[in-house]
Amino acid sequence: MRTIRVVIAKPGLDGHDRGAKVIARALRDAGMEVIYTGLRQTPEKIVAAALQEDADVIGLSILSGAHMHICPRVMALLKEKGLDHVKVVVGGIIPDVDREKLHAMGVAGIFLPGTPMQAIVDFINQNVQPRAEVV
Amino acid sequence: MKSPAPGTESETRKARWEREVLEPTLKRSPERAGAFTTISGRPIDRLYTSDDVAESDVPSPGEFPYTRGIHPTGYRGKLWTMRQFAGFGTPEETNERYKQLLRAGGTGLSVAFDLPTLMGRDPDHPLSLGEVGKCGVSIMSLADMERLFEGITLSDITTSMTINSPAPMIFAMYLVVAEQQGADWKTLSGTIQNDILKEFIAQKEYIFPPRPSMRLITDIFRFCAKDVPKWNTISVSGYHIREAGATALQELAFTLRDGIEYVQWGIDAGLDVDEFVPRISFFFNAHSDFFEEIAKYRAARKIWARVMRERFGATDERSLKLRFHSQTAGVSLTAQQPYNNVVRTALQALSAVLGGTNSLHTNSLDEALALPTEAAATLALRTQQVIACESGVTNVVDPLGGSYFVEKLTLDMEEGAYKYFDAIDRMGGMVAAVEAGFPQREIAEASYRFQQSVERGEKIIVGVNGYVDRDELPFPILYIDDQASDLQMARLKTLRETRDNARVAATLDALKDAARGTDNTMYPLLECVRAYATVGEMCDALREVWGEYEEVPSI
Repeated sequence: MRTIRVVIAKPGLDGHDRGAKVIARALRDAGMEVIYTGLRQTPEKIVAAALQEDADVIGLSILSGAHMHICPRVMALLKEKGLDHVKVVVGGIIPDVDREKLHAMGVAGIFLPGTPMQAIVDFINQNVQPRAEVV
Repeated sequence: MKSPAPGTESETRKARWEREVLEPTLKRSPERAGAFTTISGRPIDRLYTSDDVAESDVPSPGEFPYTRGIHPTGYRGKLWTMRQFAGFGTPEETNERYKQLLRAGGTGLSVAFDLPTLMGRDPDHPLSLGEVGKCGVSIMSLADMERLFEGITLSDITTSMTINSPAPMIFAMYLVVAEQQGADWKTLSGTIQNDILKEFIAQKEYIFPPRPSMRLITDIFRFCAKDVPKWNTISVSGYHIREAGATALQELAFTLRDGIEYVQWGIDAGLDVDEFVPRISFFFNAHSDFFEEIAKYRAARKIWARVMRERFGATDERSLKLRFHSQTAGVSLTAQQPYNNVVRTALQALSAVLGGTNSLHTNSLDEALALPTEAAATLALRTQQVIACESGVTNVVDPLGGSYFVEKLTLDMEEGAYKYFDAIDRMGGMVAAVEAGFPQREIAEASYRFQQSVERGEKIIVGVNGYVDRDELPFPILYIDDQASDLQMARLKTLRETRDNARVAATLDALKDAARGTDNTMYPLLECVRAYATVGEMCDALREVWGEYEEVPSI
């Protein structure tokens, strides 16, 4: 079995990347392969990165309040490219009223400020089946 | 050298105390397990005494090097400015919040801009998707700036604007609104953040590469020295460096070294040190470790005074006196048990006051969840008023001066900062260090170390990894919908249809010419603004000349 591959991305214009970098490092220390896209990624670029990197998980860090625009676009693009198996998790400031809507559109996990890193590692391990290595 | 024998006269008071009092106690009841460290991981001794500090380390307030404050009368003369950072949605909505804050006794305004404005993008740019009016107010052109300050007389107030890459454009808009109100630029007072180095280091709201960005800043230094002499041209900011995960020492050292870099660039641009340094101000984070923060502010004043005099030969007292704004630590706020944030903020604010802050913003209890509601923002302001009017700490100048612990921490912070200065000087200065990614790596390391200490339970955050409530009640928040965005999009369209576009194009061409050469960019920018060019258009003109900065992603 190959290791779980995760693309961590910062969509939109916000540059506050502390959370994205800390979680990227924590997932890597937990044995996952992590690709950090860096800042200012459009949904198109994020999905292209997931395709190219054969990712199992996309982690989006959004603090700016733009999640209800960015997440639907990412979910639609994943569907369009046949990447339905890619699990999307979101970390950041997400008001209660939006959480159900995000789950309904297929976002697998939402993590608010103060979430222990281990909880995110466990969530990914439980929800993602690492696929067999393609040779 | 041999230690003095127990019981002899040369044995220090502390050594005697340790032998006679402490040791028997420790045998009976040992101290709590775990390390005694600050939130930055700095080990703290059990006790500080006169052995740790010399009388000469404690100068008088209002005297060089200003460790105990820049005013001989502390807050007995004038309280700090209570300056609450605010902005959201349309200019009209924010204008209303400003008027409310001024009515509630706020003594200065502080503008929060939305991300498209901060990044020099118009609302119809693809990257602005979902961001218009969300984290701050949307300001596209002079027309929005006119709406933002409608009914507020700019010559009567001081305004701080948190704007960095597009600082020259936004500042030009402010000046043109003041001009429309009939104000004399020479009397205007306020601050633009305008600190690009900490953007590369921490907050990442950069547009142009470091060197042309520094040139824009020196253009503002030169422009203000002549045309707007009372304006604070830069607020050198540790706030964002700390929020990104730096320790207190890193915040202090990188911020002051950024300040040194700006002074050097100003001098290299032909300015005399005392001509522009008095208008440089600072902005620090007020974090949770009470005494470490107080030591940080005191060390900052001391270091700046020394460095300005010794390294740059400044003689004007105003160049030596470090003035600073502070804001309580947004990063310390928790989404869990949000009411606890009121307590955190009050303690942090008190540390800033005891450290001699010149102005202060207190965060609202709901900011780990959303932008603050009006009620939350008012409570945050009231927190400052309680400290000012009820706690009694403003009756005396620097009440902690002479505290063995605070004075020793101040000395330690100072020593640590000079070590960082040496390392950065060896790299060729802060621009070179930023280009090499040095402060960025230091901060990422510190941030990960802190997170690990929380995960291991070595540091307890109440409500998060200790004293957790399983069933929390729902909490009311401010929800920002897309109405502001829709309105600003429509306004942008109308603006482009109704203004004199030939004039806009001509002013933008003149701006590009100045950017290619050495003429001060502020004068052509004022013309762009008067023609109602947008922030996005002005930034695009400069992108065309200088290109855009892209960071190499690393974790």
